[in-house]
Amino acid sequence: MSVLAVNGLSKAFGGVRAVSGVSFAVDAGELLAMIGPNGAGKSTCFNMINGQLAPDSGSIELEGKSLVGKAPREICRSGVGRTFQVTATFGSMTVRENVQLALLSHARAQGSLFSSMEESFLDEAHKLLQQVGMREQADRQCALLAYGDLKRVELAVALASRPRLLLMDEPTAGMAPAERGALMQLAAGLARGEKIAVLFTEHDMDVVFGHADRVIVLADGELIAEGSPTEVRANAQVRSVYLGGEYGDA
Amino acid sequence: MKLLCLLALLLVSTGVSAQTIKIGELNSYKVFPAFLEPYKKGMELALEEINRAGGVNGRKLELVSRDDGGNPGDAVRVAEELITRENVALLTGTFASNIGLAVSNLAAQRKIVFIAAEPLTDKMVWENGNRYTFRLRASTYMQTAMLIPEAVKLKKVRWAIVYPNYEYGQSATASFKKLLAKAQPGVQFVAEQAPPLGKIDAGAVVQALIDAKPEAIFSSLFAADLQKFVREGNLRGLFKNTSVFNLLGGEPEYLDPLKDETPEGWWVTGYPWSEIRTPAHQKFLDAYRKRWNDYPRLGSVVGYAAIYSAANAIRKAGGTDTEKLIAALKGLEMDTPFGPIVYRAHDHQSTMGAYVGQLSARGGKGRMVNWRFADGANFLPPFEEVRILRKE
Amino acid sequence: MSYSSILIQFLNGLASASSLFLVAAGLSLIFGVTRIVNFAHGSLYMLGMYLAVWLAERVGFWAAVPLAAAIVALFGSVVEISLLRRIYKAPELLQLLATFALLLVIKDAALWIWGPEDLLGPRAPGFTGAVGIAGGAFPQYELLLIVLGPVVFVFLQLILSKTRWGILVRAATQDREMASALGVNQRWLFTGVFVLGALLAGLGGALQVPREPANLMVDLTVISDAFVVVVVGGLGSIPGAFLAALLIAEIKAFCIGLGFSEATLVMEFMVMAAVLVLRPWGLLGRMPAEARGAGTAQQPLARPSPRLLRMLVALVAALALVPLASGGYTLVLLTDVLIFALFAVSLHFIMGPAGLYSFGHAAYFGLGAYAAGILFLQGKMPMELALALAPLAAGFGALVFGWFCVRLSGVYSAMLTLAFAQIVWSAAFQWDALTGGSNGIVGIWPAPWLASKTAYYFLTLLFCALGISFLWKAIYSPFGYALRAGRDSPLRADAIGIDVRAAQWAAFAIAGLAAGISGALYAFSKGSISPEAMGIQRSVDGLVMVMLGGIQTLTGPVWGAALYTWLQDAAARNIDYWRALVGIVILALVLAVPQGLGTLVQGRK
Repeated sequence: MSVLAVNGLSKAFGGVRAVSGVSFAVDAGELLAMIGPNGAGKSTCFNMINGQLAPDSGSIELEGKSLVGKAPREICRSGVGRTFQVTATFGSMTVRENVQLALLSHARAQGSLFSSMEESFLDEAHKLLQQVGMREQADRQCALLAYGDLKRVELAVALASRPRLLLMDEPTAGMAPAERGALMQLAAGLARGEKIAVLFTEHDMDVVFGHADRVIVLADGELIAEGSPTEVRANAQVRSVYLGGEYGDA
Repeated sequence: MKLLCLLALLLVSTGVSAQTIKIGELNSYKVFPAFLEPYKKGMELALEEINRAGGVNGRKLELVSRDDGGNPGDAVRVAEELITRENVALLTGTFASNIGLAVSNLAAQRKIVFIAAEPLTDKMVWENGNRYTFRLRASTYMQTAMLIPEAVKLKKVRWAIVYPNYEYGQSATASFKKLLAKAQPGVQFVAEQAPPLGKIDAGAVVQALIDAKPEAIFSSLFAADLQKFVREGNLRGLFKNTSVFNLLGGEPEYLDPLKDETPEGWWVTGYPWSEIRTPAHQKFLDAYRKRWNDYPRLGSVVGYAAIYSAANAIRKAGGTDTEKLIAALKGLEMDTPFGPIVYRAHDHQSTMGAYVGQLSARGGKGRMVNWRFADGANFLPPFEEVRILRKE
Repeated sequence: MSYSSILIQFLNGLASASSLFLVAAGLSLIFGVTRIVNFAHGSLYMLGMYLAVWLAERVGFWAAVPLAAAIVALFGSVVEISLLRRIYKAPELLQLLATFALLLVIKDAALWIWGPEDLLGPRAPGFTGAVGIAGGAFPQYELLLIVLGPVVFVFLQLILSKTRWGILVRAATQDREMASALGVNQRWLFTGVFVLGALLAGLGGALQVPREPANLMVDLTVISDAFVVVVVGGLGSIPGAFLAALLIAEIKAFCIGLGFSEATLVMEFMVMAAVLVLRPWGLLGRMPAEARGAGTAQQPLARPSPRLLRMLVALVAALALVPLASGGYTLVLLTDVLIFALFAVSLHFIMGPAGLYSFGHAAYFGLGAYAAGILFLQGKMPMELALALAPLAAGFGALVFGWFCVRLSGVYSAMLTLAFAQIVWSAAFQWDALTGGSNGIVGIWPAPWLASKTAYYFLTLLFCALGISFLWKAIYSPFGYALRAGRDSPLRADAIGIDVRAAQWAAFAIAGLAAGISGALYAFSKGSISPEAMGIQRSVDGLVMVMLGGIQTLTGPVWGAALYTWLQDAAARNIDYWRALVGIVILALVLAVPQGLGTLVQGRK
């Protein structure tokens, strides 16, 4: 069974169809890239899956359980991790504390008044930071980190809740080209190792074709192509959609 | 060496203060400066006079004056400081009712005499009265009662009332309604306006009163509220065919700013300082003008009489022992610029009176005319009533 | 009410609305662009009044009005350039502290220059009489005001929509960072806006002269009215301010007209509470743009070093030894300091880690104090039991109000806390039978075994030390981190499964409970309690203590409370113009240690 199964997803804003009848699935350990030109419906689609928007129709299931109608917080609780286009971390805390808090929250102990944060999930936090290569910077305040490092912290935080599905919105946006590959390499490695399904959107086609296992293409709110990077790259419709667009630049 | 000098200095200074008798005073100088600056001048004048005459029982008086911060919590702390650090013989002062009551309550707890100088609340000596607290000024009840004879004479049926929405205004209103209804059965109270203190929406209040078509108005507004009320009322013709009674309206503190807009014919309680010809007042007036190059306000008289009350009590008690001071103050008879007063033994209220008269504008200034002195002794309820109130 | 009186009350409302709008418009502009909560705006208005009265005697009323406004504007520019400009980068709300200090200084300066007596200015020449309207007399000057308000409104709208400067102001109001990215010279934009705001305040004050004597109380009454109008209208929205002024003035006029004048005591706060609950950004306000970038990151709340912990333990030990060395007044003062320290720490608990501003924290202090008094005197409970149960009333109050407040953010949430506090205050003020009305409750003294100063001091020390250490420990518990998470990044907090609102709500209740403990201790230490204990002034005191100590420090609020309480006590004892002295000391501290006293103790990371 797929980890994420999306069927017939539709959303209209005041009569304008932003997404219509989109269906796809992501398997455990698989990296699925969702691409398309601006206005194709990627963000709308993404926000319906993460709970910020309610779909007009269609189903979203995580391991057979519907996510429709759930708040973002509940969706997280049911096993979905997220990273944001502009990194969202807790700037006033150290790198370690960011991860510790995510681990505590996953264990539903974030409301505890009487335990000490310092000792909580220390080993697990260090292990996660080790995995993303941030162990050495564990004591630094997040607000002072370089952007690339912040992305890694965010990845560790997202993984702390042991997600079965990881949603990454433009994971390499704002990064230097040289760092992009490294981050995706890391994410892909972790996902495959932990059998996590990954759905990501991305503008950088090098990233998409370099790291995705499969690609789905949206245009005008509809799914126009699906397949391996090679197949999609060869798809005539995709080429015409992207003509003069980002693909041409990439 | 330095240390020795310091020590010597300390000894000398404590030696000096051992010879003086300290009177602790606290007041909301920053909240009600218009009343309290003249009040302070009155106190200082009295202090100088007493000390020039050799002090009390051969010892000089020392006034330790403090700002009470304008709230009861700080006032209690300041009073504690006066009691414990300054070792004052007794406490005096305070302006607002709530602060007066808080300090009175502390005085009972710490067993020290408190002569409340200005607070008008009836509760000070009645419902919340205690054996340590005495009050100098004519209370809200007394001053209201002083206006009642004139109010009854007018034989007006429809009365409207306007008062600042807090203890003073509320109890003035309650007393007025009770006393007038008793003296003049059939009187109607057709409107009541209770604007927040210092925030009267004068235009709307005046219009609401006009709508009620009263024949007479009883007001206990003062300060900025009174000035706004007068101006709007004049402009809108509220006072044209309406008699107005205004508690405290003749006190120079509140009358003087009205200048040529002083409404004609209002009945008020107050202090016509320039026209009182009694020897006691003349002496005070001359001394005050000489000392401060200014004319006295009502606050000046209150401050002056408060210090004399303290001095006389200490003199009569022959010392500063609290129990002896209480005994001395009970029934203490003394002179004030307003004439002789007695601190009544059973409720600790002094019989200090007030002047009742009518307002008039002459030469761009407001003044009181047709005034008479109302002796406080004549406007106090009988002993039995007071005893019930004091829960004794 | 007859038709004619309805009409006249409506006109009365319009006239009041005009004068309310003038002062609120300036405040709204200043907040919209600079994000300064200008506490001294009422003082600028007061200056305008005094100047106009003073000048009117010399140059006539009509020349005095523009002149007074211009002088106030000039004064505003001096304030902005020499003071506020230095602290734009400082933690949020620090400007509030600076402008509060300014308020103290201006008040004493006005007392010194113009004396204590109210100054009733002249009527406006040409508008001294009344005209007949619907059978009643209506002052000509009020008619003039009714016209002037909209004229100023249109004039402002024209400036804001037609001039380049105005467009920049609007851009900055909507999105400050965007405006600065567009190359707007922020410094002069800020100065310009502050001067315009000051000009409007001065003008409003000067124009009020024919209706109201210049007096020293007016600064505070005006500032609270103006804040309400600005928030009800929507921060930074001039049309909103106009609409809100109209709404509030008319509601008040008709309350009075219909004979519910007591209600005007809190009517504006009830309106504000209702508007904020129903329309969180005010009538015409917009949701503020989310602040972006690293510039908004909060300072870390460093874990106390072992050295600091040892120091704190030593401090408590030293405090416990004080009664051996000194009795009497030192204990009284220290009791106050301890009580306010707990109060300030409880306020800091929601302001620092949770990032929730509260302008009405005194409500919980007051609820605790009143509950103690009522349980003790009316409920005839033993003092110990009353002291133990009273904080629950405060906690319950915080639970109820907090539910609404955590649904808003920033200054809106803060103003809702203020509205609730004022509503509670007015209940205490008016509910004679239960609370003793404006006199309050007297005779709340501790049980005999706690009656001595030393015993009560120990009790206070115990409760406050326990309360403070509990709150401090909670800051470093997972709950405390969850609060900070909600403040730093609500998006991320949500994404890792933290219910930010629930956490904030709980924090609100805990802080209320702790404030209630301090309030109950206060009541028994003073023997009485009256509405001032939960007035705006007490809330402001709390803010001043927290800001003085440093909002992003741990121990700061304690030092802030100690310094402020001691300073007030010492200054008031030694000089007449103590308010100005307190103001000047605060200003000096704001400029010298903008991050707060706490940083001096624990150092910066």
